[in-house]
Amino acid sequence: MTAAATDEPVGRRPAPPSAARIGRARVGLELRLFRRDPGQVAFSFAYPVVMLVIFGSIFGEEEVAPGVGSHQYFLAGIAATGVMLTSFQSVGTAIAEERERGDLLRLQTLGTPALAYAIGKAGQVVVATAAQLTLLLGVAALAYDVPLPEDAGRWATFAWVVLLGMLAGTVLGIAVSSFVGSARAAGAGIPGFAVVLQFFSGVFIVFSELPGWMQQVAAVFPLKWMTQGMRSVFLPDDAAAIEPTGTWDHGSTALVLAAWLVAGVLVCVRTFHWRGDDR
Amino acid sequence: MNTSAAFRAPVGGRDRVAEPAHPPGVPALRRGPAVRVRGLVKRYGMRTVVDGVDLDVRRGECFALLGPNGAGKTTTVEIMAGLRRRDAGEVTVLGEDPAVASRRWRDRIGVVGQRTSAGDALTVAETIAHYAHYHALVRDGAELVDAVGLTGTAHTRVDRLSGGQRRRLEVALGVQGQPELLFLDEPTTGLDPAARRQFWTLVEELRNAGTTVLLTTHYLDEAAHLADRVGVIVNGRLVEVAPPDRLGARLRREATVRWTEDGMQREVVTPTPAALLRRLLAAATETEVPGLTVTRPGLEEVYLRLIATTPTPGPVRSGIGRGDSR
Repeated sequence: MTAAATDEPVGRRPAPPSAARIGRARVGLELRLFRRDPGQVAFSFAYPVVMLVIFGSIFGEEEVAPGVGSHQYFLAGIAATGVMLTSFQSVGTAIAEERERGDLLRLQTLGTPALAYAIGKAGQVVVATAAQLTLLLGVAALAYDVPLPEDAGRWATFAWVVLLGMLAGTVLGIAVSSFVGSARAAGAGIPGFAVVLQFFSGVFIVFSELPGWMQQVAAVFPLKWMTQGMRSVFLPDDAAAIEPTGTWDHGSTALVLAAWLVAGVLVCVRTFHWRGDDR
Repeated sequence: MNTSAAFRAPVGGRDRVAEPAHPPGVPALRRGPAVRVRGLVKRYGMRTVVDGVDLDVRRGECFALLGPNGAGKTTTVEIMAGLRRRDAGEVTVLGEDPAVASRRWRDRIGVVGQRTSAGDALTVAETIAHYAHYHALVRDGAELVDAVGLTGTAHTRVDRLSGGQRRRLEVALGVQGQPELLFLDEPTTGLDPAARRQFWTLVEELRNAGTTVLLTTHYLDEAAHLADRVGVIVNGRLVEVAPPDRLGARLRREATVRWTEDGMQREVVTPTPAALLRRLLAAATETEVPGLTVTRPGLEEVYLRLIATTPTPGPVRSGIGRGDSR
């Protein structure tokens, strides 16, 4: 044992690269893999736009509230959903696949810091989300004449809601991958959960028209707060009157998203594992 | 190049087995065995898959864990490589306990597993370029591609490679960080004979450059060809450790003498065939002994008998690491 403790590599070997350096390389890798997966790209970019087109066709020029067009209202929900899809859903399902294929086993054998892996996922999510939202807002503005905010304050709100939302989504996607088991189970379970959450959170239906118990359940999860935050960006100020509390309640939005982010990190740290089978 | 290459000159031939574990002039303290395992136990639920394994792998040697499927080879290697936890026993690999080993330690070992994958959508060259970021010391990418015989496929996507080519890529990634110790878990399973031969050459080169190699295999010829010493593992127990040509020495000592007597085929298994022959010949001073043969078991037969005679009462102590190889 004492002999073991003094064992040194013959000819000093430099320290392995830091988590940050490997993480940076992984961002590049994740983006490249994302680009080469036509299904992922199509789903991430087309899905929100298709939803916008569907809602536009159904509700047309209807107003949700005085001065609030249905496009405007649902754009907020779709943007929030888009963030959830590119973060939580895509990360959760991708990790289950990577684990099953043996990619994660390779990373384990290389002694990859889990942080580097998470950085790679987060980087990919940020780029994919930014591209998706740009496309969505572009289509909304050009094809549906949805007025985009002109003041910096609203864009700042947009920025922090998106940022907190996608970071929380990423860590929750990593966290959930520890519990879903097979890639098949993840591919069915995670999107299924996401769809139910979308109904509860006012993405498909005006939130204030949902039954009270659904609103209360939704308030536990991040998506409801992201849609509400997005409404505060895209809807006129007096539309806050149709919110449950009659205000945009940015404080609660930030608090709930941050709480999920922190909880997600804690769960990841405690449960993340490279391999699916028994240790 | 490999850090330990400068340390030990490449030695050819099988007699390098007799080398001392500690090269002269090097304090023994710093040059313990590459791998030291004592009383290793691993259970999956109620099933004990590794059952009291003792094992030493010397620096610079090629050691083969040979055994049938399900013998516990992979589990043993995964524990030594720090990929799995153990239930009992002591394990020291390159001076550290793999269960709590540092990243610095991990960078000194290479692993070629059976189920590892490097993703599908990248090309061979892209894959190798990416994984270069993980190591402190890195072998040149193009050189690596050549060394594993993937030169023509550098720009082929991994999902379009054949099974054999994928294994080679795995090997490339396993040695990319210039490991001092390389674990190869059934590296040639599924390879065609030509690819196996190429792979053997590659392992020999690595070994000659000073890399300690621990491989698992269920091919006897592979173990005999590559390994300085072979450990036969059956039902989670190491039943024998010896250089390939001395494997099953006890079984080999027994010769089978066959002859025909009164029209009947006779067969005697004996450790002293000469004595028997003397009696036979004395009884037949004038005539031939019809059908007389003396045979000793070949390597294959020894191996088959080794894995067939699974010891039930307690593990067989191999005695390795205490200086003798029986």
